[in-house]
Amino acid sequence: MRYLRMKKWSPYVTGALIGVLSWFAFGSVDRPIGVSTAISKTAGMVESTVAGDHVSHNAYFTKFRPSVDWEWMLVVGLALGAFVSSRLSGDRRAEAVEGPWRARFGASTRVRHAVAFLGGVVLMFGARLAGGCTSGHGISGSLQLAVSGWLFFACVFASGLLTASLLFRKEKARG
Amino acid sequence: MADPIGKLVLGLITGFLFGFLLQKGQVTKYPVIVGQFLLRDFTVLKTMLTAVVVGGVGVYLLKAFGLASLHVKPAQLAAVAVGGLIFGVGMTVLGYCPGTGVAAAAEGKMDAIFGVLGMMVGALLFAEQFAYFGRTILSWADLGPVTVPQLTGVPVWLIWVALAIAVALVFRLVESYERRRGV
Repeated sequence: MRYLRMKKWSPYVTGALIGVLSWFAFGSVDRPIGVSTAISKTAGMVESTVAGDHVSHNAYFTKFRPSVDWEWMLVVGLALGAFVSSRLSGDRRAEAVEGPWRARFGASTRVRHAVAFLGGVVLMFGARLAGGCTSGHGISGSLQLAVSGWLFFACVFASGLLTASLLFRKEKARG
Repeated sequence: MADPIGKLVLGLITGFLFGFLLQKGQVTKYPVIVGQFLLRDFTVLKTMLTAVVVGGVGVYLLKAFGLASLHVKPAQLAAVAVGGLIFGVGMTVLGYCPGTGVAAAAEGKMDAIFGVLGMMVGALLFAEQFAYFGRTILSWADLGPVTVPQLTGVPVWLIWVALAIAVALVFRLVESYERRRGV
């Protein structure tokens, strides 16, 4: 119980346990862990409440039908698990605008939320074009030694390093 | 429902543990993810590489005993590379990836909640263009669902030995860098 109440575990411990969790996913339902497809399906479900025909005729949603499946439940569980972990450790008191963003662009929550929304749009567009995200490609793809997984991993890091150095240049120079 | 109820429950359990571990590992935190790309915090790299080596050796063992099969995504080189580059921009600007974004939203972080809403819009924008991308970038340089050992002819277990050594060296380098910076 003491461990469950800790705020931070070693990244080597959580990494290894995520690896073991992959064995469980492959061993129990023979599927790799992934997150982003379920978020797309959720978006499809929401859109189909206002434009059902449009969604059912869409090429993407014909291939990936918006439905409640193993991966969709995984994302529900992910939210519950993160919530329970943060409650057990009392780890909920972060500033609304944190760290490097606050130092570079100030404490405005409106600006941060607008940019976060746009970042989410870009992020998921990239994930869909690549066919996966940090979980499906970066972890599950790489651990299967998939060429796609390692290529994605390398491109995300290259792009992230470049973006961060451009975005936070001023703050970096100061500090 | 696309899966039987037992499978849905297994998905919920797997996800619960995944979210719990991401939160305990602190990779659900904006400063941790942006800090990785600013080379100030190496939690993301340590977590991912450890998960890949531990997970991969186990999954290949399960496969060797006929208890699991691989589910390799196609190496659509152009789409994966361009998608990965776009994803890196989004991940740095948002400060979360899809899984850690959902987790941070569940922790109550408002920026992550806006980020997840943005993700849903991004998914719909892509879905609108899916047929077009299917005819173009998704079909360019598509090697199919291929793995590194298949592509190079290097035996699987040799790759794992080499990868484990390489990852151990990366961790040593990172930790000496952290000590020098006094992290």
